[in-house]
Amino acid sequence: MAIRTSVLFVLLFLSSANLAFSLYEDQVGLMDWHQKYIGKVKQAVFHTQKAGRKRVVVSTEQNVIASLDLRHGDIYWRHVLGADDAIDAIDIALGKYVITLSSGGSILRAWNLPDGQLVWESVLKGSNPSKTMLIVPMSFRVDKENLIFAFAEGCLHAVSSIDGEIIWRKDFAAESLEVQQVFQAPGEATVRVLGYLESSQFHTYEINPRKGDEMKHVIVDFPGGLSGDTVLVSDDVLVALDATRLVLLTIFFQDGEINFQKTQISSLVDDFHGLVEILPSKLADMFALKTNEFLVLARVTDGGKVELVEKIKEAAALSDAISLSDSQQAFALVRHENEKLRIFAKPVHDWNMDLLKETIKIDNHRGLVQKVFINNYLRTDRSHGFRALIVMEDHSLLLIQQGEIVWCREDGLASVIDVTTSELPVEKDGVSVSKVEQNLFEWLKGHILKLKGTLMLASPEDVAAIQKMRLKSSEKSKMTRDHNGFRKLLIVLTGSGKVFALHTGDGRIVWSLLVQSLRKSENCDYPTGLRIYPWQVPHHHAMDENPSVLIVGRCGPSDDAPGLLSFIDAYTGEELNSLVPIHSIVQVIPLPLTDSTEQRLHLLVDANQRAHLYPRSPEALSILRPEISNIYWYSVEADNGIIRGHASKGSCSHDAEDEYCFEPKHLWSVVLPAESEKIVATGTRKINEVVHTQAKLIADQDVMYKYVSRNLLFLATTAPKGSGEIGSATPEESLLVVYLIDTITGRILHRMTHQGSQAPVHAVFSENWVVYHYFNLRAHRYEMTVVEIYDQSRADNKDVLKLVVGKHNLTSPVSLYSRPEVIAKSQSYFFTHSLKAITVTSTAKGITSKQLLIGTIGDQVLALDKRYLDPRRTVNPTQAEKEEGIIPLTDSLPIIPQSYVTHALKVEGLRGIVTVPAKLESTTLVFTYGVDLFFTRLAPSRTYDSLTEDFSYALLLITIAALIVAIFVTWIWSERKDLQEKWR
Amino acid sequence: MAGEKVWWILTVMAVLLATASHHHRAGAFQSDELLIEQDDDLVGAIGGGGGGGVGVDPVSPPRSRKRYSEAAESDSKVQFTLEHAFGDSDFSPAGTFSARLKTWSHGPQTLTKLRFSRNALTEVDKEKFEKLLQEDDFYRIRLPSNVLSPPGRDYIVASIKARCLPRDSLDEHFVIHMDGVNILSVNYGPPGACPYPRQLKLPAKWSFKSHYYLKSTDLAPRTPVFTEEITLGENGEAEVVKPPERSFWAKYWMYAIPLGLVVMNAVTQAMNMPPEEQAGGQAASQQGAAAAQRGPTAVRRR
Repeated sequence: MAIRTSVLFVLLFLSSANLAFSLYEDQVGLMDWHQKYIGKVKQAVFHTQKAGRKRVVVSTEQNVIASLDLRHGDIYWRHVLGADDAIDAIDIALGKYVITLSSGGSILRAWNLPDGQLVWESVLKGSNPSKTMLIVPMSFRVDKENLIFAFAEGCLHAVSSIDGEIIWRKDFAAESLEVQQVFQAPGEATVRVLGYLESSQFHTYEINPRKGDEMKHVIVDFPGGLSGDTVLVSDDVLVALDATRLVLLTIFFQDGEINFQKTQISSLVDDFHGLVEILPSKLADMFALKTNEFLVLARVTDGGKVELVEKIKEAAALSDAISLSDSQQAFALVRHENEKLRIFAKPVHDWNMDLLKETIKIDNHRGLVQKVFINNYLRTDRSHGFRALIVMEDHSLLLIQQGEIVWCREDGLASVIDVTTSELPVEKDGVSVSKVEQNLFEWLKGHILKLKGTLMLASPEDVAAIQKMRLKSSEKSKMTRDHNGFRKLLIVLTGSGKVFALHTGDGRIVWSLLVQSLRKSENCDYPTGLRIYPWQVPHHHAMDENPSVLIVGRCGPSDDAPGLLSFIDAYTGEELNSLVPIHSIVQVIPLPLTDSTEQRLHLLVDANQRAHLYPRSPEALSILRPEISNIYWYSVEADNGIIRGHASKGSCSHDAEDEYCFEPKHLWSVVLPAESEKIVATGTRKINEVVHTQAKLIADQDVMYKYVSRNLLFLATTAPKGSGEIGSATPEESLLVVYLIDTITGRILHRMTHQGSQAPVHAVFSENWVVYHYFNLRAHRYEMTVVEIYDQSRADNKDVLKLVVGKHNLTSPVSLYSRPEVIAKSQSYFFTHSLKAITVTSTAKGITSKQLLIGTIGDQVLALDKRYLDPRRTVNPTQAEKEEGIIPLTDSLPIIPQSYVTHALKVEGLRGIVTVPAKLESTTLVFTYGVDLFFTRLAPSRTYDSLTEDFSYALLLITIAALIVAIFVTWIWSERKDLQEKWR
Repeated sequence: MAGEKVWWILTVMAVLLATASHHHRAGAFQSDELLIEQDDDLVGAIGGGGGGGVGVDPVSPPRSRKRYSEAAESDSKVQFTLEHAFGDSDFSPAGTFSARLKTWSHGPQTLTKLRFSRNALTEVDKEKFEKLLQEDDFYRIRLPSNVLSPPGRDYIVASIKARCLPRDSLDEHFVIHMDGVNILSVNYGPPGACPYPRQLKLPAKWSFKSHYYLKSTDLAPRTPVFTEEITLGENGEAEVVKPPERSFWAKYWMYAIPLGLVVMNAVTQAMNMPPEEQAGGQAASQQGAAAAQRGPTAVRRR
């Protein structure tokens, strides 16, 4: 009976499988992998309970709060807060809650420490944006009220740590006080608030923590002015900088009196120049200053004098002081000395003593040390041991204990900017054979196990073994090219300026490189990576060379900042060459031309719309010269609503004759009415997309020609009011206009208005169609619209006679200067989800049907068949249309739970989906990135061109052998019987 | 008589209302109707004889629209100039578009009845154009982006390879994309194909033959809403939904097939029974007698 039901299920599945992609439970992890990250750590709080649970709670720049295992660095629990919910401070209260203050201090939350459940959440309301501070008093007595103080938006709030109730609040913004520090000294009952009024008056308040009333308020005028940097040195000393940032102020505020003492920084350190900053590290009695060249540690003596302790030239990081015992406090100092990390733990009062001194060799590609957090523990010999959590320049997180790196997390991968792929090297002869011989027995054993599995004879242990074998299959993680093109290198550019190469088989890091030119340097202040492109893809005659990638970045946030280029070998991960700084880069155009070493020619367009050719070689120039008249580019002034098209006018001659640079000639412009339209989204076709056929057969043996042009730009604009959040505009005043613009001639091929709709708009453009997603204010729902454009100029090529005689224009070259004869068909559907990203599957030859991959708000990826988004769907399709595969019209798009590509997993903080064709036509590789990474491969029309991986060849062979044996046996039998018959 | 008059007035008002809702786009009431505004949007014309600068009347608008326009909007004339440039030269006036500006009672303004007169090409222009043809360079035109306050925020520029234009005369085709009084873009080029590679061909007549259209935005098709089905379902709740009558086979196939199998099985078993057994079976009833009869025969055989 069970078999029958399962057979029934299989039948059901097969009948629905043509529409839905799905996975069996035991196939999870077979061709997909998922990696969890947290991002660059901003703040860390250790908690080492006695009960063996050694954990650290961290908050990161990717708005993640996570609890990590101190032994292995694994994530116990993790929460990704929204993109606009940046974490300002974290702390642990009552030994069981993690308190986070986020969103500029407006949301205070408590999470249960062991499992990360949200315990309570309070919204703090203030008036003015200000510094944010979270104060969790170190009281160990249970009978106290356990108040937490949160200073945010100009108000001090006292919140009960048990249920998050706001007990009282005191507004300082009304008095226009700039609050600098809020603290509660361990022994004292009052909360102190220190601040400036108009940068010239210094105020201290003492506040009763129970009721919030003012107990004492002292004001002192300070005529010299004060700047924003302050640090508390001890419970009654504050160090600040004056307005000129040249004088240190030591402010004593003991017993209701305030005294100042000034110290010239130049008297402390003689050879400084540039801006001085006070580091926020809390070191009892000491403080740290940072100039552009070195780090200065200074101490405030009992007499109020400031004296220099140490001047550190090299890169270094300081932790806050932690208390070892009642009288002893210590802090950590990490110094980076060429490839070595020297870690010191020093008691606060004695600089010359080292509680700990360790030297660790560290890879150069991790960059400099940026942050350190320390924690102490009792060693077996009752002395103090220290562990240090170190954040490096590449955003990686290291735990160091007993002079070695206990674990290391590559959290740079949480901030992926762009992805490209590279083929692996071709397999050398002789490698695979020996491997097979070596493991012949293993291979046989594996196949027998598999056979047992197929015949349902396997015991649970066998099943586990089979599963393990499948997951660990060495096939998929080999470092060579495979026949199906599943194994590739994913080359990933991250926000830290580090480039990783990940293997598609198992997601391991093959190499990583902190790109030198993406690091801060004299001629490039704030370098950021923008895009990554395949630069050299060896092919045919340049097979011996390694492929390389091009990284495009810029030095600074604005468009006209100088650009930078870096070329990296895709196999070894070495920087081959770099150009820093060069002209600004606003657009990169990979040309369909390569030189003799298979380097792709690229045009880089600068802010003045000049196009620069790379590589800068005479050969490249000679290749480009004949083609330059057919090269066009366009620029979008998003704020102005103007799009312009350009062609080359000739070599630049602005300052020096530069033959690799081409002056623009203004060809066309589209000016959108500024008062009613604002650009919210654009979309273009992927450069490397392949379209299998231009003709599309439709129902009654008719044919339509897709308008397949690479030079189409999809543009969506909304009324300026409707470009904000949903609900910011009424349906009457909101309007969504979509355009299809030919970027060679500037012609608008299609323009369509959606009334009562608004941003956010996400669009994907492929072949001759574009699908976009927006919000319909009238229907109160999200919608997706498809627009398909067809070429009418070829429509009269249907006559067979014409084709035979040769009177058709199918082979004539297409010129975009001809008058476009296109028709556009469109249809809208409701869609339940809001989305974060949308893309489309791409295959090697473009034959396989397409699926849309939708990154949903729940951080999952949903595969939706393109057939659902067909403008030709009708309510009652005819028989012919049904045969063509047209689905009856519905008003909304279905969400089939089995079609989640990410099955049960979540790609937290999803930002982008990249699809790469495999060599096997049916299959496409999908890489999804956000805080997490997820990779899988998809077959939108199922793998019609290959057997599945778990196909049992052994079973096939055995069956054939058994059949042959059976044939012989029966033959002998029949012979014998014949003989007997004859003898009868 | 009086009744007839009232009737006539009512009809006129009904017609007016119907046409009014046809044009109501940004007003308070939003019709559910899908608006097809081909008549308005494509006001087309073929202007001939660039030398004379005489435009042919555009396709006359439908009657209902005319009546409406008389009723509710004010009219004024606007003109805007077309400028052209040869290759990289500066722009110079090349012709004038004139149109009627309609101001609807509820705000938006639209252009209708576009006419165009092109200036004749001067000798200098001809030379320049010939040079363009020789070099396969761009012939560029530009229009203001706002017809009321030219040039608006910026000029709308469009270009075409000069070799695409010459046929008998210089044939050009404008599609001017409008949004109220703003010009968004102009699709400029030959009225037909421009085959590649572009051959050098000089026009027989050095004058422009212009085709021009105004085009405003299309409205997106609305998402189909299947309310009918829903209401049907709601009505249907009261009655018990009867399942459609099924045939005998559809109902009882699961019993019929096993039964059939059993029968088949029995029959085949019966068929396969060896004849002796069959005989034995038959004989069972008359065993006594048969045994007595057979006994001697058997013996006899031996």
